[in-house]
Amino acid sequence: MALKHGLAAAVLALLGAGGLVAQEKRSGLDYMTPETRAMQEDDMSNPGMLFIAEGEGLWQAPAGAANIACSGCHGTAAQSMRGTATRYPAIEESTRRPIDLAGRINLCRQTQQKAQAFPAESPELLALTAYVAHQSRGMPIAPPADDRLTPYRKSGRDLFERRLGQLGLSCAACHEGHAGQRLGGSIIPQAHPTAYPLYRLEWQTLGSLQRRLRNCMTGMRAEPFAHGAPELIALEAYLMSRATGLPIETPGVRP
Amino acid sequence: MRLALIVVVLLAAPAAAEPLRSYSIAGDAIVQPLTGHPGDASRGRTLLANRQASLCLLCHQAPVPEPHAQGTLAPDLSGVGGRLSEGQIRLRIVDMAHISPSTIMPSYYRISDHPRTAEAWRGRPVLGAEDIEDIVAFLVTLKE
Ligand code: HEC
Ligand code: HEC
Repeated sequence: MALKHGLAAAVLALLGAGGLVAQEKRSGLDYMTPETRAMQEDDMSNPGMLFIAEGEGLWQAPAGAANIACSGCHGTAAQSMRGTATRYPAIEESTRRPIDLAGRINLCRQTQQKAQAFPAESPELLALTAYVAHQSRGMPIAPPADDRLTPYRKSGRDLFERRLGQLGLSCAACHEGHAGQRLGGSIIPQAHPTAYPLYRLEWQTLGSLQRRLRNCMTGMRAEPFAHGAPELIALEAYLMSRATGLPIETPGVRP
Repeated sequence: MRLALIVVVLLAAPAAAEPLRSYSIAGDAIVQPLTGHPGDASRGRTLLANRQASLCLLCHQAPVPEPHAQGTLAPDLSGVGGRLSEGQIRLRIVDMAHISPSTIMPSYYRISDHPRTAEAWRGRPVLGAEDIEDIVAFLVTLKE
């Protein structure tokens, strides 16, 4: 036991000294059990694929007062949406503020289709977002070189590194300092948003990145930011720039 | 919604009403029990083993059931009673940051002033004085 303790102390000392700076970028997929990995990698067993099929149906269904489908403007998603998810969040020109993929979809719904926005975490919004993101599966995350995003990435990074909530933990404390180690029974991933929306076995459904971030905040005993809050978009903008080069996996599967 | 809010406030009220007791730090230890009397080791064991209540096993391992659900972010607590004195253990639970400012271990007996502390946890420590003394009483028994 003394040896084990000594070892742990040595590892902690290393972490304290920034020993993991050169840590390799790894998707959450790499930390999962062979069973969960296999479930994600085989389209026949990946439960997220059902939502992709649903999203395809929604893509082609005319909607709203304009009675036009997404495909009415964008044609075949496999062509027009290829690579889109690798570039989000992006600046939305009318507000000059960053918007995430789900927000972009809802904006099209309101301005083009003249329909009501889908509520956050609704099955329709998740399915459409997943369907669009799925068109980039395998493509490396490539955030746009748009200077207007810089301040948002920076405020996302500040948030990531700030101690929050009753426990005084920061996102970085777990995801930078201790990735690969176990928090209770769960392996802590590096927090790369490569696979969203994804199917979480614990949720028994598809969920958004924002749902994941809100869950982590609840675990920190911090008041989670509301769905769609600018802070969550800023966090996503930072996380995406931090994940540059990792391939999109949507729909992911996580425990 | 309003009802839920009221319930949370009511739940939080008793703990918030009980002010933190004062304690004195000697070197790297708090020698006197926070409550003035020794804790209950068997209750302490139960509390430590309850990950939702004490959170200890999210980060630490300890000689209690379900080792596969215990964290690996922190030193194994096996044998901690042989390595540290009772008073040293008490200070480490009360306020690890006092010893190690950059630690990730929460200060269990402090009112959080970190931003966005959730409503239900505002104005109260992570654990009360009795709980901490019970856990201290259990940890000092872990001699190997
Ligand atoms: C106390 C530790 C801890 C803290 C603090 C924490 N997380 Fe997490 N996070 C986890 C764990 C554990 C998981 C994996 C959960 C699982 O899959 O069971 C996770 C998962 C994630 C994921 C999903 C990664 C994937 O592969 O799908 C993201 C993104 C993430 N966290 C971001 C954040 C952000 C942003 C913050 C701060 C607002 C944060 N986390 C705070 C422990 C933490
Ligand atoms: C979020 C992580 C976390 C939680 C939760 C946590 N600890 Fe710790 N603990 C640590 C770390 C990390 C250290 C190593 C010291 C440091 O960081 O400076 C530590 C050190 C200790 C030590 C000193 C061990 C030694 O051998 O020197 C004791 C005793 C201890 N913790 C007890 C507890 C108890 C009891 C609880 C629950 C009531 C608890 N901890 C909860 C992370 C945690």
